[in-house]
Amino acid sequence: MTGIIEVRNLSKTFETDDGKVEALQNISLSIQAGDIYGIIGMSGAGKSTLVRCLNYLERPTSGTVEVEGQELGALSERQLREIRRDISMIFQHFNLLMQKNVIDNVCFPLVTGGMKKKEARKRAEELLEIVELSEKALAYPSQLSGGQKQRVAIARALAANPKILLCDEATSALDPRTTQSILRLLQDINKNYGITIVIITHEMSVVREICSHVAIIGEGHLVEQGRVSDIFAHPKTPEAKELILKGNRTDRRTLEDRQRELMKGKCCIRIVFSVNSSFEPVIANMVLRFGQPINILRADTKNVEGIARGEMILSLPDDREVQEKMKAYLAERGLAVEEVNGYVD
Amino acid sequence: MWTSDLTLMMLEGVRDTLLMTLLSTLFGYLIGLPWGIVLAVTDKTGIRPNAVIYKALDVIANIMRSIPFLILLILVMPITRAIVGKTTGSAATVVPLTLAAAPFIGRMIESSIKEVDHGVVEAAQSMGADTFTIIWKVLLVEARTSILVGVTIAIGTILGYSAMAGVVGGGGLGDIAMRYGYYRYETVIMIVSVVLLVILVQIFQTLGMRLSAKLDKRK
Repeated sequence: MTGIIEVRNLSKTFETDDGKVEALQNISLSIQAGDIYGIIGMSGAGKSTLVRCLNYLERPTSGTVEVEGQELGALSERQLREIRRDISMIFQHFNLLMQKNVIDNVCFPLVTGGMKKKEARKRAEELLEIVELSEKALAYPSQLSGGQKQRVAIARALAANPKILLCDEATSALDPRTTQSILRLLQDINKNYGITIVIITHEMSVVREICSHVAIIGEGHLVEQGRVSDIFAHPKTPEAKELILKGNRTDRRTLEDRQRELMKGKCCIRIVFSVNSSFEPVIANMVLRFGQPINILRADTKNVEGIARGEMILSLPDDREVQEKMKAYLAERGLAVEEVNGYVD
Repeated sequence: MWTSDLTLMMLEGVRDTLLMTLLSTLFGYLIGLPWGIVLAVTDKTGIRPNAVIYKALDVIANIMRSIPFLILLILVMPITRAIVGKTTGSAATVVPLTLAAAPFIGRMIESSIKEVDHGVVEAAQSMGADTFTIIWKVLLVEARTSILVGVTIAIGTILGYSAMAGVVGGGGLGDIAMRYGYYRYETVIMIVSVVLLVILVQIFQTLGMRLSAKLDKRK
């Protein structure tokens, strides 16, 4: 099936003072209409260059980009400007006009597209309603938070009724909670208006949250691509594995929630293994000795002053007497024991 | 002694200085603004890089800026005569003042435009804006504050140059200071002229900075 975006054998070389830099090499992608397509890679992998090739803000050195069946390289300047109105873009640093207020920012693509000012304002007001920022219409970008600025940028990007929305690290400058709300908004836009979304990011959590498909870019090459669920279950390449593991570790929020959930109403302790305690299977012996199950909520190693130390969060049985005995048992074996009742990092 | 004639002469001096300065600033911007825009746009980091045009305007600006003003004043006398009909007086001074100010203004415009965040330009390009729209609705709007600060600096500099034109009979406060203060040793008149010049610069500086701060929406 031919996608709304077809990238074939795309390469991009930059001429710098230190010689040639091959930013992208022989990349082929097919993005279907209605997808939320993630392009993920470490910083410097070339993903920002790749997304700029999708609307020809960067011209590829070789290879082709087809959008809705039109090859961008074959278009005149005027035709290119025309098709760019179908391919909107939002950015990491929002790139709003700082000297214009919110509604004028949203009006910008409409007015430059030839719409009458009055009509443009009406449409801009509708768009601000979609991104829930109607009350900020007359504010200036400097008076808004990062999340609000990105919402304005999204309203502006939607103004010309695009078919495709390119997001270049759109949530990277935002805190986790704001990131969530922006991702929800993008998801709604995809669902309600059928806009194909391409998301460039270095955060695996973003891809896992909302993307249907993902391409992994490493050092200018396409490393792996496919459905997000497949790649998550069976990452084939070392790069994919690394990104997924890294993503898990940085994904604090879900981890926190889950731990809090499990700890609710339970007596929990945190134990730290010293070097010599690791020879004895302490936990297993304790379970055998007391004949009561315990639940390991988390186990981790931490680097403390250069020495790896084991740490566990245990949920003990409800019987208070047993709890006390278990704590004493652990303390006897040289483990640091501490009662906890909130999230522990 | 100070007479009412002297007061009248001083007032005329202020008027002539203001007229020379403001007219030269206006004409200077008529030439310098497009000059600076073209410099910024055709530079290799600009939105329409063009090495030939950039280099040509760059070299002309450098040459004109390196000619000392007093020499320029004399060099352009034939042009002045052709345009104004004479080479002395306030009106005649506007010609060399404009020619001295234009490349300087062009440079300031260039640097103001280059301060505009490239990301905003990129956003406009991604929305399908053409070069004219980007210049008019993005670059000049975003650089507005910096351009106004530039106007303030330009007025102060041109005012100073206008006083220098007094040496060759330029008119205005500088002319009065030269003729009475320097050639006739009438120190009081010279000091009064200089104080008036200082006050004028202060007023323009204050007004300009206030206006640009008021129009700046970044804070």
